[in-house]
Amino acid sequence: MHISPVLWQFLVKWLNASALFPREASTIAPYADALYFFLLLMTVVGVILVGALLFGFSVMYRKEKHPVATQIEGSTLLEATWTIIPLGIFLVVFVWGALLYFRIYNPPTNAMNIYVVGKQWMWKAEHPGGQHEINALHVPIGKPVQLTMISQDVFHSFSIPDFRVKREVIPGRYTTVWFQATEPGTYHIFCTQYCGTNHSQMIGEVTALSPEDYQKWTQESTSGMSLAQNGERLFASMGCNSCHSGSAAARGPNLAGVYGSKLQLAGGSEVLVNDAYLRDAILNPSQHVTAGYAPIMPTYQGQISEEGLIDLVEYVKTLQTNYRVQQTLTTSQSDQAAPTTPGMVKP
Amino acid sequence: MSATSTTILNLPDQSTATLPKKNYINNEHGLLSWLLTGDHKRIAILYLISITFFFFIGGAFAGLIRLELLTPQPDLVASDTYNKFFTMHGIIMIFLFLVPSVPATLGNFLIPIMLGAKDLAFPKINLLSWYLYMAGGTFTLAALVLGGVDTGWTFTTPLSTHYLNTHVITAATAIFIAGFSSIFTGLNFIVTIHRMRAPGMTWFRMPLFVWSNYAASILMVLGTPVLAIAIVLVALERTFGIGVFDPTKGGDPLLFQHLFWFYSHPAVYIMILPGMGVISEVISTFSRKRVFGYTAVAFSSVAIALFGFFVWEHHMFIMGVSNYSALVFSLLTMLVAVPSAIKIFNWAFTLQQGSITFETPMLYAFGFMGLFTIGGLTGVFLGSLGMDIHLTETYFIVAHFHFVMVGGMLMAFLAGIHFWWPKMTGRMYPESLSKLAAVITFIGFNLTFLPQFILGYLGMPRRYHAYPPEYQVLNVLSTAGATVLGVGYLLPMLYLAWSLKYGAIAGNNPWQATGLEWQIQSPPLTENFIEIPIVDHEAYDYEWLEHKTKHEVTTVG
Ligand code: HEM
Ligand SMILES: [Cu+2]
Repeated sequence: MHISPVLWQFLVKWLNASALFPREASTIAPYADALYFFLLLMTVVGVILVGALLFGFSVMYRKEKHPVATQIEGSTLLEATWTIIPLGIFLVVFVWGALLYFRIYNPPTNAMNIYVVGKQWMWKAEHPGGQHEINALHVPIGKPVQLTMISQDVFHSFSIPDFRVKREVIPGRYTTVWFQATEPGTYHIFCTQYCGTNHSQMIGEVTALSPEDYQKWTQESTSGMSLAQNGERLFASMGCNSCHSGSAAARGPNLAGVYGSKLQLAGGSEVLVNDAYLRDAILNPSQHVTAGYAPIMPTYQGQISEEGLIDLVEYVKTLQTNYRVQQTLTTSQSDQAAPTTPGMVKP
Repeated sequence: MSATSTTILNLPDQSTATLPKKNYINNEHGLLSWLLTGDHKRIAILYLISITFFFFIGGAFAGLIRLELLTPQPDLVASDTYNKFFTMHGIIMIFLFLVPSVPATLGNFLIPIMLGAKDLAFPKINLLSWYLYMAGGTFTLAALVLGGVDTGWTFTTPLSTHYLNTHVITAATAIFIAGFSSIFTGLNFIVTIHRMRAPGMTWFRMPLFVWSNYAASILMVLGTPVLAIAIVLVALERTFGIGVFDPTKGGDPLLFQHLFWFYSHPAVYIMILPGMGVISEVISTFSRKRVFGYTAVAFSSVAIALFGFFVWEHHMFIMGVSNYSALVFSLLTMLVAVPSAIKIFNWAFTLQQGSITFETPMLYAFGFMGLFTIGGLTGVFLGSLGMDIHLTETYFIVAHFHFVMVGGMLMAFLAGIHFWWPKMTGRMYPESLSKLAAVITFIGFNLTFLPQFILGYLGMPRRYHAYPPEYQVLNVLSTAGATVLGVGYLLPMLYLAWSLKYGAIAGNNPWQATGLEWQIQSPPLTENFIEIPIVDHEAYDYEWLEHKTKHEVTTVG
């Protein structure tokens, strides 16, 4: 925005105080609002222009004043003008909007990850440390937070208006969104995709805390077992370790270090191992046979809840990897984010 | 029969004037003669009656929705009931009102006459279309009476296929059948426009109303089958669990979104294009000017229709589509916005150097231009990727589409009904009452839907039965506006019905308009023309009209 920062601050303060404007509580919000003001200005100018033309012509050429119409064919010059000017403005809006979109949907690589599962009609948040919340989400301010989300049943959509972020939560696939809260406080979480009877009750609250308070909150509300630890337990109880034992003679590939690598499949193709891949490999193993192994893994479809899958994925992630790859699943950076580590590709 | 009146509102003296002795209305008698008619004008009247009926049912649901939203608590009805209300409101308004409104009523009545033809190319298929429409309407009412549906008009899977016990299949059948009605209407128009133009009626002498219906027909014929496929898949998935949309069976839940919006985005142009045609006619007539840049307006209709097929993904920007495909669809969306902008300026400049009068249709047309401008420009917000993230699925969307569809299309429909009412019925409506209704509608509309833009930016989600208390003030304003708007819609209904019996006799050409339809008697003869006319002038040629009225006495039967 080419508007003086002081004036901008003033405007934002004033608008924040008025009930016509949501709070600006994330680092993205000012960027979204800047575009919004530009679009608002475009609309107001457009409407005034059309209104003025209608009004002006109506006064000047009303029948009493102008009894005989003069026929005009058209004018290429005028028509070119009102084609090119709107086109120019719309292209500016396009570029601006696209930049904002990439800013909102491409998380920084240092973001901390929290899982969210949507289900009729509640939001369940799963922190890596094992804290579980329902219709609530605690986050620290000043730190980028990424949500990796999935739905257990129908489409939902996770929206925090005061942060200006929203992302559809879809059955069967992970989507992500990130934000960085700026002000301590509580803000609405809405489900914005119609999801059945209690759609309008699928409301939650984000609590943004100062880093110290957040620290305190994590300690107080831990369930004693992190997601990965839970996953480890599941890994044993579901019998995964009987094949993925890690030994050379095992019937399934060793999973250590597999997360974030490029894996050679039986068909000859290569895949990037990320959350989405791991989830899918557990549910539809026959479609992702690692090269060199027999297609003997059973499907776990219907046997593990979305939370269980998240735990397992978290567990696999922690297995002897010396680097943590951030979630960039649906973003343009996902390919770069996971360099192939030599020796990681199974025979 | 009175001679054509020469000034705009110089209506023939009612005491001596009578309706033409023979016309399409009194040509045959009895209910069966209507139900089995092949006359495009009678079919148009059948449509007009049935569409009005459904409009008021859909409107009643709108009233109930707004009443519930007067308070933040869910106090009027239970959630399931509320969800059924907005589903019914949406289904009825979209599929039974907006899509057929102008084409099936005004288009049916006027297109053959405007082209100098005796009827549409396939009169029997035209009648069949109406029966299909009624069958679709009946299924919708059946779904309602049996206990309702709560999918929303968008039928999102897997909600609609796995999670609802309501009458989804009945409602889907309704839409499937109504869709075929729309396909047949489109086909009929396309063939008629290609094959049945009178001698001398070249493409570029056609009224813009015909052009815009032509463009809409292309969309109906190419787009509606995709909706039909999506609906059949929903029904199959629901009954047999085939799994095309079910991720646990390897299906893709986003596939439904693609199929649905591949129809439903072009569908908004099916809805709005015919309305744009009406506006061209009305503005030209009451400023007595050729439409500014006729060719550009004609081509922009076709351009909108074709490009309209390539923007559907803008309904899915937040659904985890790839960032790069989002870029492409955002850009294409910006490009389709341009032809609409062009039209607005063309209409405004049609007024320049004109000789303007402000009859009721003109007031509605002005209302259209203001509201459609707002509706269109707020669409640019939603086409802009980053902004869409915050605004989509909120009341901003509700406000945006009501500005386009209700502020735009409905205003155009009312403009058209008032404009051609004298032609269809032979009678005038009460002038000052109709102007009052136009003003009330405009005020009520803005009061209803402007607050919803703000609600949307504040974050209030759509399809919410209850909402946080801080949104109440704006909701109360909106409900108050809806009440005013309701009055604005009821008035025309009443005075138009009144005018059927008591309205002044209109004469052939009360507005001194140039279209062929105004050169024949009102109401027209069953065969429209005694002799097929030979067209030797462009549309909107007011000099030709003046010459004609000066030198000949109209000959009608
Ligand atoms: C007095 C006039 C009207 C009022 C007050 C009104 C009000 C509303 C409201 C409040 C909603 C949102 C429901 C929700 O998302 O919770 C809605 C949705 C809708 N309205 Fe209207 N409406 C009016 C007229 C119309 C008309 C005339 C049409 C079409 C010709 C129309 C088409 C729609 C559609 C398609 C939806 C979407 C339904 C859905 O969400 O499934 N409305 N209307
Ligand atoms: Cu939901």
